[in-house]
Amino acid sequence: MDYEIVIGLEIHTELKTHSKIFCGCSTKFGSEQNTNVCPVCLGLPGVLPVINEKVVEFAVRVGLALNCEILPFSKFDRKNYYYPDLPKNFQTSQYDLPIAVNGHLDIVVDGQTKRIGITRVHMEEDAGKLVHSGNTINDSDSALVDYNRTGVPLLEIVSEPDMSSPEEARAYLEKVKAILEYLDVSDCKMEEGSLRCDANISLRPRGVKKLGTKAEIKNLNSFRSVQRGLEYEAARQEEVLDEGGRIIQETRTWDENKGISLSMRSKEQLDDYRFLPEPDLVPVIVDPAKVEEIRTNLPELPDARKQRLMDSYGLSEYDASVITTSKAMADYLDQGVECKADAKAVANWLMGEVSKHLNNDGISILACPVAPKQLAQLIALIEKGTISSKIAKTVFEEMWTSRKDAEVIVKEKGLVQISDSSEIIGIVDAVIAANPQSVADFNAGKEKAIGFLVGQIMKQTKGRANPDMVNSLLRERMTSN
Amino acid sequence: MELFKYTAAQLHQKLVSKEISATELTQNVLARMDAVENDVKSYITETRDSALAQAKAVDTKISQGQDISVLAGVPGALKDNMCTKGVTTTCASQILANFVPPYDATVVEKLRAEDAVVVGKANMDEFAMGGSTENSSFFPTHNPWDLSTVPGGSSGGSAAAVAAGEAIWALGSDTGGSIRQPASYCGLVGMKPTYGRVSRYGLVAYASSLDQIGPITRDVTDCAHVLNSICGYDAKDSTSINAGVPDYTKSLVNNIKGLKIGLPREYFASGMDPEVERAINKAIEQLVALGAEYKEISMPHTEYALSAYYMLAPAEASSNLARYDGVSFGQRVEGSDIVDMYKKTRSEFLGAEVKRRIMLGTYALSAGYHDAYYLKALKVRTLVKQDFDKAFENLDVIITPTAPTTAFKIGEKTNDPLAMYLQDVCTIPVNLAGVPAVSIPCGFAGGMPIGLQIIAKPLGEETLIRTAYTFEQNNDYHKGFAPLGGVK
Amino acid sequence: MKITCKDVADVALLSRLEFSEKELETFTGQMDAILEYAEVLNKVNVDNVEPTAHVLPLKNVMRKDEARPSLARELALSNAPEQEDGYFKVPKIMEG
Repeated sequence: MDYEIVIGLEIHTELKTHSKIFCGCSTKFGSEQNTNVCPVCLGLPGVLPVINEKVVEFAVRVGLALNCEILPFSKFDRKNYYYPDLPKNFQTSQYDLPIAVNGHLDIVVDGQTKRIGITRVHMEEDAGKLVHSGNTINDSDSALVDYNRTGVPLLEIVSEPDMSSPEEARAYLEKVKAILEYLDVSDCKMEEGSLRCDANISLRPRGVKKLGTKAEIKNLNSFRSVQRGLEYEAARQEEVLDEGGRIIQETRTWDENKGISLSMRSKEQLDDYRFLPEPDLVPVIVDPAKVEEIRTNLPELPDARKQRLMDSYGLSEYDASVITTSKAMADYLDQGVECKADAKAVANWLMGEVSKHLNNDGISILACPVAPKQLAQLIALIEKGTISSKIAKTVFEEMWTSRKDAEVIVKEKGLVQISDSSEIIGIVDAVIAANPQSVADFNAGKEKAIGFLVGQIMKQTKGRANPDMVNSLLRERMTSN
Repeated sequence: MELFKYTAAQLHQKLVSKEISATELTQNVLARMDAVENDVKSYITETRDSALAQAKAVDTKISQGQDISVLAGVPGALKDNMCTKGVTTTCASQILANFVPPYDATVVEKLRAEDAVVVGKANMDEFAMGGSTENSSFFPTHNPWDLSTVPGGSSGGSAAAVAAGEAIWALGSDTGGSIRQPASYCGLVGMKPTYGRVSRYGLVAYASSLDQIGPITRDVTDCAHVLNSICGYDAKDSTSINAGVPDYTKSLVNNIKGLKIGLPREYFASGMDPEVERAINKAIEQLVALGAEYKEISMPHTEYALSAYYMLAPAEASSNLARYDGVSFGQRVEGSDIVDMYKKTRSEFLGAEVKRRIMLGTYALSAGYHDAYYLKALKVRTLVKQDFDKAFENLDVIITPTAPTTAFKIGEKTNDPLAMYLQDVCTIPVNLAGVPAVSIPCGFAGGMPIGLQIIAKPLGEETLIRTAYTFEQNNDYHKGFAPLGGVK
Repeated sequence: MKITCKDVADVALLSRLEFSEKELETFTGQMDAILEYAEVLNKVNVDNVEPTAHVLPLKNVMRKDEARPSLARELALSNAPEQEDGYFKVPKIMEG
């Protein structure tokens, strides 16, 4: 049976405000347990919340960047349920009148642009952290609670079920992350929990309009998990349906190590959250003039930046797209250009060697040991002909580990390219003399034979000979013989 | 000298003129507590040492010639649902029997700043749910006018303490009548200010959109002084009114000529004790004689207010009380897992009335019933509020009885929750509308005090004070002192 | 009967309360009486009436995004029924 996959994503992002959403405690990540708490975020008897104006401003920024309508009248509601990471046993969130609705964003997958609808963006408070005494929640006999995170402001971004493949879901998540970074409202670090993603996925026979039963997948802690988790789940659901079974509406958790999803709890008994308007907070009525002010002051967003890179630097759409996915990487490119390096060259290095090393080390561009200025210097050395691009890769390796400047490394290791033919003419003649078969092959028309000879010369010069010069010298000497 | 029989204003004069010292005054009140507390049982926690320390500090200020506020050095009581830093705050519930707040409620901070002396945390119905203080999980409080009767509730301990001379002033809280009704039963002045006039930060929430803190005092003058101290905008309370506070003592004027008073016929419906009805009618005649113009009005949605309240207040309460779960504060019963712990803790340590309201509220909010009960109640609230808005277009104040009867016997209504709820019929609409109201003594029936309720429009406390003061000054009801008779 | 014992048991679960058989019966009877009384709400016409969630016309009450000192950890934990290493300790949490 040919099934169509239907995916919707719920993204939560922690906002990088100085203080929590309803109290003045710091939102700093990684503090000692229970040191960023106060009576309000502890939910002690008698306390009351007061909204942090920055949270509303950030929410409007995000809503506008996602092409949403900012609702003129918005309010907070209580979502009631019991869980030990929730001190009041209700979460102050937004239910029927969220700050922003009906938006969209465009993603590009395999060269095709697709518009993904965004149902809503709303503000809410985060819960605390639980530490279980055992390895998993089920084999622990107690748990420890840290309330530092309760009250950290969250934005929840809910998409329409418009994605049709795990690739699209990943592209959407990457786009949302990029937008949030460009807006400077969140650190967007999935590994720290400042960006979280839950997915809803269902299958339906192709052509059928009615949506199938969906399952919710949680614990997708990285972009890779999101894609893998959805691929697994789509396959699992297809198998169940093909065997004539039915999909249970439930919450499943993704196990990245085992590469499988497991049932957490059945959502057939839907939680009854008994929403009620938050009596301790009054409505938020955003002044249209203020919305316009925020709109005009929105920073350059990923799509606009991509276009600028294409227009100003002549980058291809693909290259510009890849680089602008990360604001930090796009910033790196701009800084490299400011240091007088050619934009295309910087772009190539970023997408090539830099990304490769970042991935190997599992770090982000922000932690890159090679600064834009240093990369620019390396590129300049290649352009001047001081080193070849092949040697440059070696130099780059050294720059990465030692953090030294390219010029220093080239000097220390004596890697300056030999571009003076008089220095290597001797070696060229010696190699020609030592390999008469290759010379004969070349003269007989086998172009490829020169490669071996070039290799020999490179070996003897420890890679320092200018390859173009070696090539032309060889041809000259061979044909003249 | 029985200093405890004087009012705060009178005692302030004595302190300033150095006729007495604050320490002497506090000791006098503490001695009174020694004498009568076993019979009245107003207090859950007594704070004797800190009271004497506070008094001593005031005496030092006086001796240095510093100015002191009216409440400085004057002993009072705080209902035990107001957080006091370092002092157990129980809300008369077992679940908070060992809870020591690490912070002060805003009203407590304000009173500290004025050097008021606090002698104890007063008994109440558990989590402010009740109309007799019999729902306290510790013990019931006894009405000083007849110890076999209830002092009213839920601020029964606050009212009894002031009536018995165990405090000169007290703070209570009012969600459906919990200041006014005990004031009525105990022959005192009790005011619920306009919603938002007094900060709720630090008041343990029962029904957030209805709760307000207010004074319970021996006369209207003291009420004005306490209001001056506790009213005002608080940045920590998002529902706090950001408007200046007038000097309420300027409204202590004996003049109501031309005051337009209204009598809603729906409040005089069946169920009222005939003696109460008589006293109220007499009071109205007197107000007219003093220059007021009255007319009978209709507030057609009054009959729905009680039901709306008993959907809304429990709904908010069910959410507000969810935090009492044994996790991070309060008492705990260990369980095999967290859900077991929640259930055992809450079931053992929350009282029956509290559970009843939590269940009612949860039901009213639950899927399938939300619109029929909760949403409908919110809409009825709008209609009740509109009744008041319309009435105040042509009136200055509305006059009603505070309660349909005088204080009933302890144990009389405990088996019938609904009968208990019906006591609130005159006070509840006021909370739904958020308007201010005061109860003042207006007579006796069988030796037991009767209360007259005066209601004004939002931020109309000045009109309330003037009306109440005028009535008071032309009568002697505030001059009596509870005899502490009757069999406990 | 507006409410049955089963309804009350369901609500008890949502409220994290447990009752004996007898208590459940008593509660059901009492809640039923109260809900019967609340029937009066059905007599009033609320078409075109807006609900009042807040009685004051307040809006946009907010504070500046400034970090303020937090509570000292000992104070934060001072009422904890059980604590360990600066954490609040609770019994195990079951999933599902």
